[in-house]
Amino acid sequence: MKFVDEFRDGTLAKGLASAISREANPGRRYSFMEFCGGHTHAISRYGVSDLLPANIRLVHGPGCPVCVLPVGRIDMAIRLALEHRVILCTYGDTLRVPASDGLSLMKAKARGGDIRMVYSTADALKVARENPDRQVVFLAIGFETTTPPTAVVLKQAKAEALANFSVLCCHVLTPSAIVTILESPEVRQWGTVPLDGFIGPAHVSTIIGSRPYENFAEEYRKPVVIAGFEPLDVMQAVLMLVRQVNDGRAEVENEFTRAVTREGNRKAQDLVAEVFELRREFEWRGLNVVPYSALRIRNAYAPWDAERRFPVGYRSVPDHKACDCGAILRGVKEPRDCKVFGTVCTPENPIGSCMVSSEGACAAYYTYGRYKDAA
Amino acid sequence: MNKPRKDYVRPLDLKHGRVDMTHGSGGRAMAQLIEELFARHLDNEWLRQGNDGATLPAPPPGRLVMSCDGHVVSPLFFPGGDIGCLSIHGTVNDVAVMGATPLWIAAGFILEEGFPLADLARIVESMAKAAREAGVAVVTGDTKVVEQGKADGVFISTTGVGVVPEGPRPSGDRARPGDAILVSGSLGDHGMAIMATREHLGFDSPIVSDTAALNGLIAALSATGADLKVLRDPTRGGLATTLNEIARQSGVGMMIEEAAIPVKPPVAAACEFLGLDPLYVANEGKLVAIVAEADAGRVLAAMRAHPLGTEAARIGTVTEDDHHFVQMTTGFGGRRIVDWLTGEQLPRIC
Repeated sequence: MKFVDEFRDGTLAKGLASAISREANPGRRYSFMEFCGGHTHAISRYGVSDLLPANIRLVHGPGCPVCVLPVGRIDMAIRLALEHRVILCTYGDTLRVPASDGLSLMKAKARGGDIRMVYSTADALKVARENPDRQVVFLAIGFETTTPPTAVVLKQAKAEALANFSVLCCHVLTPSAIVTILESPEVRQWGTVPLDGFIGPAHVSTIIGSRPYENFAEEYRKPVVIAGFEPLDVMQAVLMLVRQVNDGRAEVENEFTRAVTREGNRKAQDLVAEVFELRREFEWRGLNVVPYSALRIRNAYAPWDAERRFPVGYRSVPDHKACDCGAILRGVKEPRDCKVFGTVCTPENPIGSCMVSSEGACAAYYTYGRYKDAA
Repeated sequence: MNKPRKDYVRPLDLKHGRVDMTHGSGGRAMAQLIEELFARHLDNEWLRQGNDGATLPAPPPGRLVMSCDGHVVSPLFFPGGDIGCLSIHGTVNDVAVMGATPLWIAAGFILEEGFPLADLARIVESMAKAAREAGVAVVTGDTKVVEQGKADGVFISTTGVGVVPEGPRPSGDRARPGDAILVSGSLGDHGMAIMATREHLGFDSPIVSDTAALNGLIAALSATGADLKVLRDPTRGGLATTLNEIARQSGVGMMIEEAAIPVKPPVAAACEFLGLDPLYVANEGKLVAIVAEADAGRVLAAMRAHPLGTEAARIGTVTEDDHHFVQMTTGFGGRRIVDWLTGEQLPRIC
């Protein structure tokens, strides 16, 4: 497959692996956080860590949209479907996230909720056009990558004066999440999460560009290398991070030049700015309430905001007591440190969100990596 | 005195007609549907008996194998096949992978009121052709009609009976460390053909379902004289799920090699695009065979010599592993688990 296989080439991987081993200082340890679930997935699926020397550790970050969605938000969607009888459309992985009362969107569907999986925002809009007698709500989740398509359908809905369509907006922002991790006591005071640098987001950066990372690279003295989601991208980014650390540099470098520029996609940014504004605060699973870390729909689009159309207030719900998703999302714990991992919490019966999405740290480790625990 | 007039029965309108509730009523309309559509295409001496069941001859010596399968595929017609041939292939394959020669099939139809008779005729013709080619007879059947909205066009359930000779037969619990794992060809074709056809995805692709009866291929493998320890057709859940089932049943592990697994480039591309893994995508005409290392060469050669196995490959080896993990060396040079399928990857694939 052209433009894909090249980035999964085993021979090139060996070359990079030996360059990393050569340049990594055997006298120290390196800890790099891959922010995105896309990277987490690639690392596990291709066995990238098998090719890295033992003193380089990859720490999974919170960049999995399904994982950071708090229970309370899923509860809102379930109430919309079961109590307000709307057709609720959302992306596939969201359906299995555990919510309150032993429910999930999938289980709410089995109880008669009209909940539909869509592949794009346009599909959700199509459902609304095809069902003029029903209210249709799109549960919009994701980081900056998935925000522009939501902005597009909101504009379309407004242009068409589509009265039966609205969006439950749960879009969140990457830079504020990274800053929250850097500000956390585990990283700043206690040093329990050693972080020498970040593998920066791939798809998110195609939209926002590499510039937004520059401030915190400098302020927190942490190198960032923006990398694509292919395994060779990850290897190359690790090599670049090792070099920055060795040189004492803390810069934003771009490995993913085939898609990311410093300025990003201005057109998409303008579109997002037109439709959305910053939320004063938003609860993240694992990171708690993070100020200015998410988007809400602007007043000009208020009629298409499900939170304003339906009386479904947000209620914060604590995670399951035994679940360590919060600590795992902050890099404080690894999946196997959680006592329910792989026992009562499995991809078939997830207790926490990290076991749901294939981008979640627990699901990736369970699905691809648990042979390491057996060895 | 008037003599009763000779009946005139207007023939079924196979061009514009539609299934209505009377076609499942047990009355004349149903009799006509059976006669003009099902019996005409699927004709054989047992079906011709016209009784509530088929009276079959005593089977050849050996043991009987019986398997049943329900078919709810959407869409009903897809590149490379339709629900009709799929319902024959699925059951023939389930019987054949038991090492048996499939002989007879029973078919139950659940029709939705309003379903076009022309489509039903196409489906039944396709079943008849598939049955002929596989050398099996549809000996008995049943038709029910449900109101519009209570089904999706047509659902077909088939039950197959076959005969397996005495002696060792393939079984999921017979894989032993050191055995070779073979597949008869490229993976994921059926699932991706269905996926690509489903209208809401709206992408165009030349992917064709691999739906086929495997009894001929399996007979060719048996003819080598090798002990076919495990045979499976990796349908729903794909190769990954099939290997995990065998690993658990046999109490072994497996190590497969990504680079050796045949996947057609358009299937790989479509999977990439949709975020699917071809190892988990359904097949309807592929065979997984596990044989002793000493037999691997000749079984693989026999596979490749058969038209359904030209792309056959040895993809790995059975290992000793208390955890029953199926593991894979990735093309990238790493290692990972190939786990059971989680959730529902592609609903209504067969």
